[in-house]
Amino acid sequence: MTRLLELLAVGLSLGMLYALIAMGFVIIYKGTRVVNFAQGSLLALGAYAVARIAPSAGFWAAAAAGIAITVAGSLLIRFLLSRARGHDHMALAIATIGVDVVLTTELTRRIGPDVLSMLDPWGADTVQLGGVTVPQARIAAMAVAVAVLGLLLALFRYTGWGVAMRAASADAEAASLMGIRLGRVATVSWMIGGALAAGAGVFMSTFPSAGLDSHSSTIALAAIPAIVLGGLDSTHGAIIGGIAVGMARTLTAGYGSELGFLGAGFGDVMPYVLMVAVLMWRPSGLFGTREFIRV
Amino acid sequence: MSDRTNLVSRALPVAGLLLALMVPFYLSGFWLLLGVMVMAAAIGAIGLNLLVGTAGQLSLAHAFFLAVGAYAYCWFAGAPGPGGGGITLTGLELPPLLAAVLAVATAGAAGLLFSPVAGRVRGLYLGLASLALVFLGQHLLFNLSSVTGGFNGRNVPELSVLGFELTGRDPELTLLGVPFGDRERQWYVALVCVVVAYVFARRVLAGRPGRALVLMRENETAAGVVGVPVSRYKASAFVLSSMYAGLAGVLLAQAFQRVVPEYFGLVLSVEYLAMIVIGGLGSVTGAVLGAAFVTGLPSLLSHYSGLFTFLAEPGTSGVDPAVAARLVFGVAIVAVILLEQGGLVALGRRLRPAARPRVDAAGSGDPGPPDPVGQPALPPQDMTTASS
Repeated sequence: MTRLLELLAVGLSLGMLYALIAMGFVIIYKGTRVVNFAQGSLLALGAYAVARIAPSAGFWAAAAAGIAITVAGSLLIRFLLSRARGHDHMALAIATIGVDVVLTTELTRRIGPDVLSMLDPWGADTVQLGGVTVPQARIAAMAVAVAVLGLLLALFRYTGWGVAMRAASADAEAASLMGIRLGRVATVSWMIGGALAAGAGVFMSTFPSAGLDSHSSTIALAAIPAIVLGGLDSTHGAIIGGIAVGMARTLTAGYGSELGFLGAGFGDVMPYVLMVAVLMWRPSGLFGTREFIRV
Repeated sequence: MSDRTNLVSRALPVAGLLLALMVPFYLSGFWLLLGVMVMAAAIGAIGLNLLVGTAGQLSLAHAFFLAVGAYAYCWFAGAPGPGGGGITLTGLELPPLLAAVLAVATAGAAGLLFSPVAGRVRGLYLGLASLALVFLGQHLLFNLSSVTGGFNGRNVPELSVLGFELTGRDPELTLLGVPFGDRERQWYVALVCVVVAYVFARRVLAGRPGRALVLMRENETAAGVVGVPVSRYKASAFVLSSMYAGLAGVLLAQAFQRVVPEYFGLVLSVEYLAMIVIGGLGSVTGAVLGAAFVTGLPSLLSHYSGLFTFLAEPGTSGVDPAVAARLVFGVAIVAVILLEQGGLVALGRRLRPAARPRVDAAGSGDPGPPDPVGQPALPPQDMTTASS
């Protein structure tokens, strides 16, 4: 029982981090209809900047700088994509894969075989909650994720930008005709997407992870089942998908010995199995907008 | 348009083929191996381009189907026995040619198994869903160790006919004073396969199925209305592309002589996507050019690393040839999408507009500039500023 509770706690906190990453994908997709495959390298870029700056400036200043750098990076991608001819979304998605290759290659080269520590204030401390041991870093991650996701949902609902983004995502042409500045919506979407990636990158590289290593840019890929599960253009879907993926991973890995027939490390594959199963049932995810076709 | 250009366009492939037939008599093992890898990759890229470029179905699963082809061949043709790391391998010991055919069929069957998803799920969702196959594939390669050899991989049996090894060294053979070892023989096997794959893809694209796929990409509903069985065509495109990948996998396995799981990861899928984007989406020739570019670049950079003094030794933290090649092709993907979505093919077309007497059926769906037949070529900077 304790073990199950512990796994649920870990799964939930991991799930909230996936929700942060997934939210980044979804916001950029809603604002610009681009699936940003470079989200993974942005995540690694943010964490890398924090790890490099923290020794001299301290964690909090480094975190701010890391987020700023990542936002600048994602704005650069937005600028590049806006130069593309035509607006074929598949082509734009492929262009972000190109950006990802460049950025990941360079970061992997710089990180090399090292494991970079975030020098975060939580360290390896743990807390006992009703007999369940939870790392402090995970609790901090959860608190930040809940606050940020809550703030974002409020933004969508109550601010002009949120309304503009929802309108742009529902029908870009009509929104544009009604005077919504699609360029500004896109810019803000990319900025938020970049900031979310950086934040998630920092927390993904804190305890119980050893730190940032050269494989860290693949973390964001693990959030892809979350956005597909929830639906590419659903913010609620991103959160629910994120939690589902975090739980599926943690529980499958936690009960790995009972699930031995599936092979070692099946926890990493489980979210993808779940994703395909959901897609077979609902081809646009659980909460994604279904496409209606008029002839 | 003139008889002269017509003649050139007919003579060029023949001349190219003759040249390719002569290569093993003149070039060394390094170039032959590179050529075999490029030709194998070209086959895989042609298949992916049918799916992504022509049918408009984004797929990141190509590495998985390459792996299915490579490992299925090893399992069908391989002998049971001890593998690395205390693993007992299984194998059917079928005749290698039969095993190769079965491996291609197995890759097609794997594509067919995924086609319910491919038929239902659209566009970007499909691209994301196809990631599942890569990760599932990696998991299977590491865990089905009696078939795959697990972490250590598995040796690749030689392709042979009646005891004559088509990809090995046995029996010894010398033609015109040139010893025909494994690399020379592999060259010809790959050449035959790539020519067949190329011609077949051109035929498919020039005929009814090709036009149906292009129409589906442009407007699925319209395609359905005019009588294209959309989901069947989608599934067929997926299966055909998987079979191309399977054949590429068999040939690559021959070149490597040992297959290991890590090779068939997401990076490989991205490389194949890079090939078709850089070469030109929707064009068969483009797939071949892109395969040559992406496959050749790392090998050439490391072969000539002495000439490029800015490159570091592999293993140091500097920019080594592999890193440089990845940076180049990442930038190339972005540049192609931003500047010239037709890729290398469209670029070549623009450089020699007069030498194109007929519309390339395979390239007709290319989203780049209109075919500049019969009009003066515009300098590239005009093309890029005109539309921005």
